[in-house]
Amino acid sequence: MCLGIPGQIIDFVDEENNIARAEVSGVRRNVNVGLLRGEGIGPGDWVLIHVGFAMSKLDEHEAQETLKLLYEMGNAFQDELRMYETSQIE
Amino acid sequence: MKYVDEFRDGEVARNLSSEIARLSKGKPLKIMEVCGGHTHTIYKHGIEDVLPPNIDMVHGPGCPVCVLPMGRIDDAIAIARQPNVIFTTFGDMMRVPGSKGSLLDAKADGADVRFVYSPLDALKLAHQHPDKQVVFFAIGFETTAPSTAVTLLRAQAEGIKNFSVFCNHVMIIPGIKAILDSPDMRLDGFLGPGHVCMVIGMRPYTFIARDYGKPVVLAGFEPLDIIQSVYMTVKQLDEGRCEVENQYARVVRPEGNPKALEAMGRTMELRPFFEWRGLGFINHSALKLRPELAQWDAETKFEVPGIRVADPKACQCGEVLKGVIKPWECKVFGTACTPETPIGTCMVSSEGACAAYFNYGRFSLAAQRSRLPVINLTQAAETAVKGS
Ligand code: SF4
Repeated sequence: MCLGIPGQIIDFVDEENNIARAEVSGVRRNVNVGLLRGEGIGPGDWVLIHVGFAMSKLDEHEAQETLKLLYEMGNAFQDELRMYETSQIE
Repeated sequence: MKYVDEFRDGEVARNLSSEIARLSKGKPLKIMEVCGGHTHTIYKHGIEDVLPPNIDMVHGPGCPVCVLPMGRIDDAIAIARQPNVIFTTFGDMMRVPGSKGSLLDAKADGADVRFVYSPLDALKLAHQHPDKQVVFFAIGFETTAPSTAVTLLRAQAEGIKNFSVFCNHVMIIPGIKAILDSPDMRLDGFLGPGHVCMVIGMRPYTFIARDYGKPVVLAGFEPLDIIQSVYMTVKQLDEGRCEVENQYARVVRPEGNPKALEAMGRTMELRPFFEWRGLGFINHSALKLRPELAQWDAETKFEVPGIRVADPKACQCGEVLKGVIKPWECKVFGTACTPETPIGTCMVSSEGACAAYFNYGRFSLAAQRSRLPVINLTQAAETAVKGS
């Protein structure tokens, strides 16, 4: 219930009641997108769905930034390790 | 699925963990993950085994099923047993024991209890059965409260009279504050519940940093999210900072979701106090329907006993919820209390610490390290390896 699940908006089915179709791992279901109406939600957008409601738009830019940071940190560590291995201190 | 696999890279996890070890310099640190969703990820993915041994993840009260006191379950069952009622609930609540059985038992006795995925499904049932009273058992923190709110607004707009809500929404900030104020509090930092933050934003957490001097990192739910959040917490401690940081920026906006907050504000108001299992009565910690919505309020519409019931003697859920003991330290864990025959709530919900530990954590090295195994771990690990 609290975990939520990412899905992609396919199209609107009932504009007035803010109901759109969303696809989650190949399964299509109606979800309420009213709470994201202010953010200009539309087909193709990825959203996080909780108990039938799209609660947040997945921000691709932020996701990429986080991943970049994570992998850079990984690389920095690898570089450090490589340098360490080349060390010849006696 | 978007951004799921990317956040599960084992190599990156190990590198982060080395950084955590370097920054924390072996100093024992207790970091509370407030949210049950995090607890679930931690056990499912064996994160305690990846983290350096000096980092102790303490499980917090952020499981809405777990904190609901027994008396409220009895009230729910009392409503479900009324004639002509279809009582709807999330699946998690079905097995939670009240003082005289669970909703599942009531269903076996003939009560019409059905589980729904969404409150909108409950509203649909009300449409389909105009001759019945459909009640929705609303539980959850700020993550799910907006869905109840929007459903209520729709029921109001469509004038659906045979629908009502038994409101048990609780709020995470008063819960965290209760833990911070409790005398056995020995925590060094917090991982904030990402999906609550998605609704309420970052600002409500500033008091933890400002008044209590503890770092808070709002965290996502994939394994790397959690490990990175621990890294960010340890980095703050190392640099002598305490701030609210947002690791989960792909979902959490600093201001939260204003539309969700608005819907909650239009339909719900604070209760003067509410009982939390294990934490006792906490002021202004829960929501009820506004008086204008009385006709959709199950507590007005139906007679509820409203009697406070003490937890069973054997149950140590309160201590688990405050992070005072680990699940396997409860005397009945894995013996009298299992997911099939739960005594306490923490064993029922998949976000409960006891259930998460029972399902995944028994094979964990961290548990072996603490030397408090409930079952023979070597044997269990062997079966696990064979089975996989
Ligand atoms: S093992 Fe059962 S009774 Fe003990 S704390 Fe966990 S849920 Fe509660």
